[in-house]
Amino acid sequence: MTQASTNPGSDGFTASQAKASWSFLRGHLREYGILFALIAIMVFFQIATDGILLKPINLTNLVLQNSYIVIMAIGMLLVIVSGHIDLSVGSVLGFVGALAAVMIVQWDLPYLLAAVLCLAAGALIGMAQGFWVAYFRIPSFIVTLAGMLVFKGLTLWLLAGQSVGPFPAQFQLIASGFIPDIFGAEGLNLFSLVIGLVVATAILAFAIRTRMSQAKTGAPTEPFAFFAAKHGLIFVALVYMSWLMAGFRGLPNVFIVMALLIAIYSFVTSRTTIGRRIYAIGGNEKAATLSGINSQRLVFLTFANMGMLAALAGLVFAARLNTATPKAGVSFELDVIAAVFIGGASMAGGVGTVVGAVIGAFIMGVMNNGMSILGIGIDWQQCIKGLVLLAAVIFDVMNKKKG
Amino acid sequence: MPTILEMRGITKEFPGVKALNNVSLSVEEGEIHALVGENGAGKSTLMKVLSGVYPHGSYSGDIVFDGEVRAYRGIRDSEADGIIIIHQELALIPLLSIAENIFLGNERARGGIIDWRRTEARAAELLEQVGLRESPKTLVDDLGLGKQQLVEIAKALSKDVRLMILDEPTSSLNETDSRKLLDLLLEFKAKGMTSILISHKLNEISRVADTITVIRDGAAVSRLDCAEGISEGRIIRDMVGRSLDNRFPERVAHAREETALEVRNWTVRHPIHSERRVVDDVSFHVKRGEVLGIAGLMGAGRTELAMSLFGRSWGAGIEGEAWIGGARADLSTVRRAIDAGLAYVTEDRKTYGLVLDDTIRRNVPLAKLEAVADGLVVNRNREAEVAERYRKRLNIKSSSIEQEAVNLSGGNQQKVVLSKWLFADPDILILDEPTRGIDVGAKFEIYTVIRDLAASGKAIIVISSEMPELLGVTDRLYVMNEGRFVAEMATEEASQERIMTAIIKSGEEAA
Ligand SMILES: Nc1ncnc2c1ncn2[C@@H]1O[C@H](COP(=O)(O)OP(=O)(O)OP(=O)(O)O)[C@@H](O)[C@H]1O
Ligand SMILES: [Mg+2]
Repeated sequence: MTQASTNPGSDGFTASQAKASWSFLRGHLREYGILFALIAIMVFFQIATDGILLKPINLTNLVLQNSYIVIMAIGMLLVIVSGHIDLSVGSVLGFVGALAAVMIVQWDLPYLLAAVLCLAAGALIGMAQGFWVAYFRIPSFIVTLAGMLVFKGLTLWLLAGQSVGPFPAQFQLIASGFIPDIFGAEGLNLFSLVIGLVVATAILAFAIRTRMSQAKTGAPTEPFAFFAAKHGLIFVALVYMSWLMAGFRGLPNVFIVMALLIAIYSFVTSRTTIGRRIYAIGGNEKAATLSGINSQRLVFLTFANMGMLAALAGLVFAARLNTATPKAGVSFELDVIAAVFIGGASMAGGVGTVVGAVIGAFIMGVMNNGMSILGIGIDWQQCIKGLVLLAAVIFDVMNKKKG
Repeated sequence: MPTILEMRGITKEFPGVKALNNVSLSVEEGEIHALVGENGAGKSTLMKVLSGVYPHGSYSGDIVFDGEVRAYRGIRDSEADGIIIIHQELALIPLLSIAENIFLGNERARGGIIDWRRTEARAAELLEQVGLRESPKTLVDDLGLGKQQLVEIAKALSKDVRLMILDEPTSSLNETDSRKLLDLLLEFKAKGMTSILISHKLNEISRVADTITVIRDGAAVSRLDCAEGISEGRIIRDMVGRSLDNRFPERVAHAREETALEVRNWTVRHPIHSERRVVDDVSFHVKRGEVLGIAGLMGAGRTELAMSLFGRSWGAGIEGEAWIGGARADLSTVRRAIDAGLAYVTEDRKTYGLVLDDTIRRNVPLAKLEAVADGLVVNRNREAEVAERYRKRLNIKSSSIEQEAVNLSGGNQQKVVLSKWLFADPDILILDEPTRGIDVGAKFEIYTVIRDLAASGKAIIVISSEMPELLGVTDRLYVMNEGRFVAEMATEEASQERIMTAIIKSGEEAA
């Protein structure tokens, strides 16, 4: 570890910091284990693919390929934390893509209007399902299983079994566009790099501020060396990634959307009253209700939100393929749910983080990508992904028992 | 008498707490050995060590049972030796029958196929032994808590028990049921069975125990022989480390003229059997600054009354009016009830009170999260301050406010629930069995909190099955029986006999 250089001081101090960091890490293995797993997997594939994995073009691709899974994983995290599940997201994604194609390609609606209508449709679909789950206590597994079939069917009907496309160029930009380079430097999207730097610095500043205010009230904090190492690593990783991507065509538009969603939802889940209440509902719904929390409405909203994010993912996916096909979204729900569980959420509800779910999604994504580069067939890919999911959850459970 | 069990130098640590520190316990064959101590002293932990819930290797020290050192790796091992534990929280499966529950994991079967005739015949025998007149086919869900406790004991008896451990078996029973259960223990003792009894009810301990071991802060501080006539005061002194002169704070009347809450003709029907009126045309009031008690037997409808008032959280077809501060109050949802100034502290902390996997810090402000938030954003510093304040005020024994509720001792969990509602700062506070599982010292502290709240003008309603508690802390009492209020009295003029008479008389009138 590199903490020695960040803390000039006596050797005793360094040693005690290292020890404190190490024991802190052991105590919080559940939270950080998944991050290490992602790093390990990336290192593995980076070596195994002779450095192809982190080539700018591949990295960009990886982000694009995974964007819709990440977007839906964020919504799914909330659903799972509240103690439910949504099996319909893959079908909803396909349906919304089809809807967009019909509106834009066949009806010639302006694509912005169509996009807004599609998001609204997604939210409505979420509400329709959430209504039964929240207010009539129909198990979400069943309601959304029904939804999965229904929307798969409606997609087929809407497209009449055909693929519909292509989309206008501007619509495609949602998924395949890159942020413009306002500086216009040669061979490097400087603006992207600057954004990366600014975001990384902002995260660092935010972390330092939080730590200082915690220290003021004497709340427990991570050992300093651990804190420094962690945020140093995050900072370097972010800047490095944006530098890599800046070297290709810059940051993809979707990347910005994803980053915003991650930031917003992380904040909502960990810092706001609404987030707190959703966790309480997942942890013990009866106790939460008796504490004056309107659990029905919150569950309803969680599903509405999920529907909207699935619709957003549907737009991104359709724009990326540049066509809507009846096959779009098939079995995506499995990847999304797997990502959330790999990221440490609990089946019983009340546990899980947005960042964990996103990391989970990237673990799946990196494996997909890496294994494809290595030419491993889809058959083995499935097996390996299944085993990784199982291993992650077993690790989680064992860790909890030990604690 | 020979020594059947010796635990020597037991030390058990959890991350951040030493729950047991070099504790020794020795139990003689055929005695009833009581284990007492404050909340969080380590009683349950010691018994979990003994029964293998915490396996050999996760603690240090020796367990000697029947003259041999034992290393139990799980409950199965200790059960094989005849050590059976009945946990503080009952572990029956509600939708299985009595017989199925008794033989769960220990089925009467041949080649994997259950022999129902033998199961039911044996279950009937066991029920007979514990004096429970119910069909073995009855679902556990349909039994009251007292009867469920007897089923637990029948289950223990089905396993060739040599040493029975009962962790607070009477904490949720009323006096009649408690008495029955203790008589049963005495009966078993006469037949030569050994038992270890954990309880916070010292009168019970004095009645049945032969020997008492007092645990304080994870260490055994004394071993008292009851043959020498031990006073409750002596036990308390060893438990708390000082003597406690009064069990109740002094009662100063604070009742004011204004009525805080008035309920008129309140009727609540059973959610499934809608012809059953669980609360039947009840009218009552409570004044500001007054502590009102509701006495009654288990199943009288007191909890149902309270929960139906609190945002219709129980029951169906609710009729009646509630008036707060002279205006008709809308109590139709929990949120509205809270906004109208009401709070309800549940009797069932695990199901209705706590988010068990969350920390103290996150549980305490839950009912009034807005108060620790700036707009929509929770202010974690303020949240921590609040949790810390209540941890100190109610003396919640924990490593820090970051300890998860599930890892707290039973009594300390109760204090967390109480903190949550004290922080919500209601005008009318309904406390349902507020001191269940709470030690004597802490009880006094809670009574003091109740009296202080009354002094500051709040109205308090206490539902309790412990009559001394009602007589000690309230100003006025209602007696409830079978869904109706059958008597009202000033506490000064009340007595246990008067309350019981009211209950019995109303029962006769109804018949
Ligand atoms: N799994 C655990 N993790 C951390 N601390 C624990 C755990 N279990 C118990 N403790 C701590 O050990 C101490 C002893 O708890 P224990 O349950 O034995 O108390 P008790 O004497 O049974 O109290 P009560 O009368 O309230 O039931 C408490 O301070 C409790 O917080
Ligand atoms: Mg206990």
